[in-house]
Amino acid sequence: MAGIVSYGAYIPKFRIDRKIIYKSIGWVNPATYLKGEKAVANYDEDAVTMAVAAGMDCLSDIDPDIIDTSYFASTSAIYKERQTAEIISTAFDLRSDIRTADFTDTVKSGTTATLSALDSVQAGTSRNVIVCASDCRVGRPGSAQEELFGDGAASLILGNDNVVADFIGSFSVSYDFVDHWKAEDDKYDRQWEDRFIRDAGYSVFIPEAISGVLKKYNVDPKDLAKVGYPCLYAGDHKKIGKKLGLESSQVQDPLLANVGYTGSSNPLMLLVAALEDAKPGDKIVIASFGTGSDALLFEVTDKINDIKGNRRGIKKHLEAKTELTSYEKMLSFRNILPIEKGIRGEIMPFTPLSELWRLRDQILGLCGTKCKVCGTPQYPSQIICVKPDCGAVGEMEKYRFSQKKGTLRSFTVDHLAFTPSPPGMYGMVDFDGGGRYWFDISDIDPESLSVNMPIEMSFRKKYVDETFAIHAYFWKAVPVMD
Amino acid sequence: MSEGIRDKVAIIGMGCTRFGERWEAGGEDLMVEAFQEAIEDAGIEKKDIDAAWFSTCMDSNNVGKTGMPLSMTLKLPFKPVTRVENFCAGGTEALRNAVYAVASGAYDICLALGVEKLKDTGYGGLPDLFTQMGNKNRMIMPNVTAPGAFAMMANAYFAKYGIDPKEGKKLLAMISAKSHKNGAKNPKAHLRREATVEQIMNAPMIAYPLGLFDCCGVSDGSAAAIVCRADMAKNFRSDPVLVKAMQVAISSGEELMYTDWDGTYVKTTNKCVDMAYNEAGITNPREEVGMMEVHDCFSITELVTYEDLHISPRGKAGDDIKDGFYELDGKIPCQPDGGLKCFGHPIGASGLRMMYEMYKQLQGKAGDRQIENPKYGLTHNLGGFPINNIISIGIVGR
Repeated sequence: MAGIVSYGAYIPKFRIDRKIIYKSIGWVNPATYLKGEKAVANYDEDAVTMAVAAGMDCLSDIDPDIIDTSYFASTSAIYKERQTAEIISTAFDLRSDIRTADFTDTVKSGTTATLSALDSVQAGTSRNVIVCASDCRVGRPGSAQEELFGDGAASLILGNDNVVADFIGSFSVSYDFVDHWKAEDDKYDRQWEDRFIRDAGYSVFIPEAISGVLKKYNVDPKDLAKVGYPCLYAGDHKKIGKKLGLESSQVQDPLLANVGYTGSSNPLMLLVAALEDAKPGDKIVIASFGTGSDALLFEVTDKINDIKGNRRGIKKHLEAKTELTSYEKMLSFRNILPIEKGIRGEIMPFTPLSELWRLRDQILGLCGTKCKVCGTPQYPSQIICVKPDCGAVGEMEKYRFSQKKGTLRSFTVDHLAFTPSPPGMYGMVDFDGGGRYWFDISDIDPESLSVNMPIEMSFRKKYVDETFAIHAYFWKAVPVMD
Repeated sequence: MSEGIRDKVAIIGMGCTRFGERWEAGGEDLMVEAFQEAIEDAGIEKKDIDAAWFSTCMDSNNVGKTGMPLSMTLKLPFKPVTRVENFCAGGTEALRNAVYAVASGAYDICLALGVEKLKDTGYGGLPDLFTQMGNKNRMIMPNVTAPGAFAMMANAYFAKYGIDPKEGKKLLAMISAKSHKNGAKNPKAHLRREATVEQIMNAPMIAYPLGLFDCCGVSDGSAAAIVCRADMAKNFRSDPVLVKAMQVAISSGEELMYTDWDGTYVKTTNKCVDMAYNEAGITNPREEVGMMEVHDCFSITELVTYEDLHISPRGKAGDDIKDGFYELDGKIPCQPDGGLKCFGHPIGASGLRMMYEMYKQLQGKAGDRQIENPKYGLTHNLGGFPINNIISIGIVGR
């Protein structure tokens, strides 16, 4: 039976207490205050990098060669034209004979991508589909969205074998409901009146979809272990549960108070959170809200016990957090408040896309080579073995470093280098199993760096060339998450 | 079996500009200044020069590529001029090529000249390294600056030898203080102010643990040398300086990609200096080397170079620093002219500037900084980073 083969999630390390936002800019609209904190993508993160992080969590012990379809869902993709699914598939080092697609333009796109994946698996067109939903949405300073939106990503692999949750079925409603919209050049959402969104959309479409799927598959709400759906309005989120006849214990916490509303990835993040606590036989419903709603019904299998605890998912990411105490820093991360770069930072060498194409495995996929003669892994790819007493010529095979952990042999904290979030940090990394290179370091307080500390790799934005509209990605060293 | 270069070639003339932030001078002005001093010193005319080697590094804000900037500026009529570039080792590289050219018998008299106009970038520090390292490196290398790349070595060194970072910073500060003392005595030096260990330790941080005073001057300048075969040298002057060794060693990727190097020293210096001592016939460097100018782009580089040149025992450079071994009145004075630290570092010219000091010292013309009767003078350049680099070493004597 088709269903979920694996799951993963990502929540950026930085969390900002909404009080800090409100204190800085609440004067614009005193009614915007929301309780709790929200997750903020670091300066070198965006929807693309978070999708990779969630996907790496999802793929952790899975051979990427089994994936034959790759979908990405977001409303905050970086490029209008250049498919993100293909960028992230290269980062995962997936095969090239696969099908890819981006699902965009509505925050419902995460569930829609999942449904399309399940269709493809059920039809036998695909054996294993990876879906990564990721959003890094920005609210205009002083807006309610600024407080509401959080950053995060989730990933699922859908297939027919080793399924941890069977897909029972779904029910969708689709409307041209214009609660918010963005035209060609809009950085921020434009939004209609909240009362309209709440009463004519939010409180209507989610119950419609969820009741629809329950009725279609003849499931009593009392038999559901968990039901997850986005929270745009805290009071009305509760009311929806009541309206559906659910006890509050059956309603999945919507992550509003600790992550924020993560758009297209939100329903899938709630699904991952529900699976983390699930036991065999549990029935779970997940619904999205956007221009309508998709409701998906799953039943958890015995296999859930094999995967539980082997993913970072929601729980571990929630625990691994660093307080962001500066509102201005949050704005500068999204370039809402562009900082002084100095001439060193303004000068931007040209990015050769034809070379990026040749080196895509090495740059986006962090693949190097391993000498077939002496077994030494090496990065970047070499033709002649670097091991001094080997030197074999042309005896290399591809070797992927992205999932290797390593040791930071030396480091520095650089105040001269231009970075959007000074100071710069980088160091020399020795990978477990062999291989060495030097990498930028991210997601750590400079004082916490030490020689010989353990690190792992994270896909990040390396630089942005505004003249040519190139967002360059590469891998950085980050502290190992326990 | 190759014979090496020892005693085959002599330096008969040298010139060096004042180094510094030469806002009034372009690369051309600097070249002429160094060149005129060199030919006057050698007592030759421009037409006597058979061929030239020309060193510049940062073509993005310098005089441009090829040999033409040299021949067109100096009006060398239709002579062979070769531009050489090996990052900070370029100046010595130009000299090495000129030395080999006369040693081969192909030419009688050759010129080596290096120049760098660094202070036309609009910001402090070196020009952006990423345009210098090639496309692929730019997409995968970390966001490195020169101080950061060398600071990594300091952190690794402190960790390996269990040196408390504060104690380590003090050792580094003593190195810089010594160079400031020497530089203050040198009218051609960029930075001519003494600095106390305390001042140096409290300077603003550039790349942890290196502060402002751990970093060398970013300077404009030019230096030049005239060489001929040793058997001709006495025709030009009574006190020529003989080339004893010229060696270069370049990383082949081991340090960057293979894991047996621990980041606490410079592997290539060890390889290069073995070849250089062998060529010069030096068997006990701690006793035989009389003075040296090493590549103190950063204080930590000078510290590990003491060990990499087999002068201080491994991990013990600190003892020699504390003993004043490398002070102007010590056993082996290091950076008598102020070093990169205070004389300054116009990249393509630095190797020749070091040789200029060794040459003047051997001729007894170093003024307040004169070292008593040195036998051998050693110059050492490091182009690149500890993790991948070019080392050039020159040894000269009488």
